[in-house]
Amino acid sequence: MAARIQIPPRAKRGEIVEIRVLIQHSMETGYRHDDVGRVIKRNVINLFSCRYNGVEVFRADLSSGISANPYLQFYTVAEASGDLEFSWIDDEGQQDSERQSIVVNG
Amino acid sequence: MKRRDFLAGAAGALALPGAALAQVDPLDPLVWVVTNGAPVKKGKVKLVLPQLADNGNSVPIRITVDSPMTEADHVKSIHLYSERNPVRNMANFYLGPRAGKAEIDSRVRLAGSQRVTAVAKLSDGSFWYDAAAVVVTLSACLDES
Repeated sequence: MAARIQIPPRAKRGEIVEIRVLIQHSMETGYRHDDVGRVIKRNVINLFSCRYNGVEVFRADLSSGISANPYLQFYTVAEASGDLEFSWIDDEGQQDSERQSIVVNG
Repeated sequence: MKRRDFLAGAAGALALPGAALAQVDPLDPLVWVVTNGAPVKKGKVKLVLPQLADNGNSVPIRITVDSPMTEADHVKSIHLYSERNPVRNMANFYLGPRAGKAEIDSRVRLAGSQRVTAVAKLSDGSFWYDAAAVVVTLSACLDES
């Protein structure tokens, strides 16, 4: 599950920073069938979370109502230099995470 | 009955379901889970969707809540509901004062033209919503069609 996550590399203290996340995932709905007519099992990312230096700042429960290759854009206040850790898990239990660092000055 | 009265009545009858739909049903079990029966008022939340979506598999959506996002007054969660999708509760987002700004952008799947509703829970325990109608030309497929 590759992901593309964009956060500004540096920010002023107190600045609201934009976070953009795009995860490569089919978000299989469970309503489709394969070539021989078998139902393709539902497999969607059901939980996504973002932690800023260990503190959760954003969390989302997703469902099959979210497009394939889910895109999420949200905001957080730059409080201190450190890491933003993004993690997600799908119905098959496959977990993945990504870490990006931000430098906060001022 | 005069023709004019009949037309006025017919127009009223047509307008009524629309008015009834333009509210969040607090008894809807999916909403009840979140609100516990509390009233859901219109306002504060702004839901932006295209009026016409060519492809229901990926419809851009933006939810904004008018909130200062401070420790004392912030948005706790935003819940997204669809009228016609097989899974009606499309997504739940949990925010806090650390978010700085209550705005979320994403892309959703829509199985047909419908109204999408966003309900926001604020830190003072009040609930607010907004709804937007979308016409979807090509539905997100439910089968192999």
